[in-house]
Amino acid sequence: MHPAPSVIIFTSLSGLGFGLLFWMGLGFLAPTGWVAFAFFTIAYLLAVGGLLASTFHLGHPERALKAFTQWRTSWLSREAWASVLALVTMALYGAGLVFFANRWAVPGYLGAALSLATVTTTAMIYTQMRTVPRWHNATTPAMYLSFSLAGGALLAGQVTLATWLLPIAGVALVAHWVVGDKALARSGTTLASATGLGDRGTVRSFEPPHTGTNYLLREFVHVVGRKHSLTLRVIALLSGFVLPVLILLAGFSHALAAVAVLLHLVGVFASRWLFFAEAEHVVGLYYGKR
Amino acid sequence: MTTLPEKTDRKLGLVIDLDTCVGCHACVISCKGWNTENYGAPLADQDAYGADPSGTFLNRVHSYEVQPETGPAQLVHFPKSCLHCEDAPCVTVCPTGASYKRVEDGIVLVNESDCIGCGLCAWACPYGAREMDPSAGVMKKCTLCVDRIYNENLPEEDREPACVRTCPAGARHFGDFADPDSHVSKLTAERGGMDLMPEQGTKPVNKYLPPRDRDIDVLAPFLEPVAEDSKGFLGWLDKTLSKVGGA
Ligand code: SF4
Ligand code: SF4
Repeated sequence: MHPAPSVIIFTSLSGLGFGLLFWMGLGFLAPTGWVAFAFFTIAYLLAVGGLLASTFHLGHPERALKAFTQWRTSWLSREAWASVLALVTMALYGAGLVFFANRWAVPGYLGAALSLATVTTTAMIYTQMRTVPRWHNATTPAMYLSFSLAGGALLAGQVTLATWLLPIAGVALVAHWVVGDKALARSGTTLASATGLGDRGTVRSFEPPHTGTNYLLREFVHVVGRKHSLTLRVIALLSGFVLPVLILLAGFSHALAAVAVLLHLVGVFASRWLFFAEAEHVVGLYYGKR
Repeated sequence: MTTLPEKTDRKLGLVIDLDTCVGCHACVISCKGWNTENYGAPLADQDAYGADPSGTFLNRVHSYEVQPETGPAQLVHFPKSCLHCEDAPCVTVCPTGASYKRVEDGIVLVNESDCIGCGLCAWACPYGAREMDPSAGVMKKCTLCVDRIYNENLPEEDREPACVRTCPAGARHFGDFADPDSHVSKLTAERGGMDLMPEQGTKPVNKYLPPRDRDIDVLAPFLEPVAEDSKGFLGWLDKTLSKVGGA
């Protein structure tokens, strides 16, 4: 799949933002006044900024409101609802902390649940795609949720939580790679099943339908970037999870925590880039590619 | 509405005969022509006369080589367009309701004025049957020529999809699969019409007829040599030349 920068930025940042909102909603960190204001600003910039970035790849962003209508079947529509409900509920909760120095537990818990629900809907948009076997398994939501919880804990300055959650997220990432590397073969979809000609012999793409490229190849068959997969995997794991944990274990200081957050962000970006670049869409088979 | 209908009254679709298709791409061109001039946003081209041309098509013809364990390889031309699936994953993922499957005839369509161009439906289609038009910013797909098949302004013989009407080899057939006596249902039954990627669970309506075996060669009897050992002048020539050539 084509690793579109807007989608990589969106899933990474909004995941972090909703993770931070989750821990705040649960009351792990309940600052009041200006400190609360600062934390909520960061969380909203991440969550809303990510959502806005995701509208950049739409053909018709001006019609985005229509995306709220099909929540019965569409995970993208459910994501739209969950994110708006989470942001509104958490805004109410935030107002209590910022202006009234009061922690209103009910909107807090509700907002936390909705924040996590938003991350789940994002993950499900990818997980539901049977056409992309690498995504169509439980490691995808496991990865999105654990990333969001670990990153959120890190941003919230929850050292103990983060030292537990970051390794869990790292394991989820490795699981996604291990399961994903075998997923296409395991799905049973091959050029033979795609053409129905498999029982007659070995099928090979002889000639593509066109001399130039097309939307399908640009969007779904991204082979170029896979060259550097291994290097990027190492960077994603080290920078995103291993180093931040080591820094947290070394002792807490604000400067060190900032470094840990930045390293984590780099790792998350790298892993998200891989999430798309390495994903094989079955339509590539028709072109003799994967 | 992106909820799929439980059942459609009719199941309109295509039979594509892989035995007959000669790979001439006439259906590709007639499809592009009709769907650029008629219903919905035109199918745009980018850099059409430049070094890096690309364009939106609703129907594309691949060619595959099939190598059996013994014997020569076979070349199969393979037209591919939307299969108007019964369990169309492209419809249920759509957040806006722009994608839908019609209850009356099962055609899968995009309402272009509702489409936000998110591209998710193209991700969900395993066959590459949907293409986002970069000029219009909306999703394009085969409409089964919905603006021809019911069009009373056209002569009756033209009320079928442009690709079917055009095919010079008669490799494309249009009809109602819900009717067991229809031309397409019978062809599918007789020739073992198959589904593409059945494991994807999309239940495609369009069926593909496999190539026939090549052991029936109608011309072979006429091409047999009529005289193995020639007489007269030719016989003399043959013998002499064989001696000279040492064969
Ligand atoms: S072929 Fe693709 S676009 Fe057409 S109905 Fe099936 S899944 Fe949808
Ligand atoms: S591109 Fe258009 S038709 Fe396809 S899922 Fe998005 S809104 Fe629906």
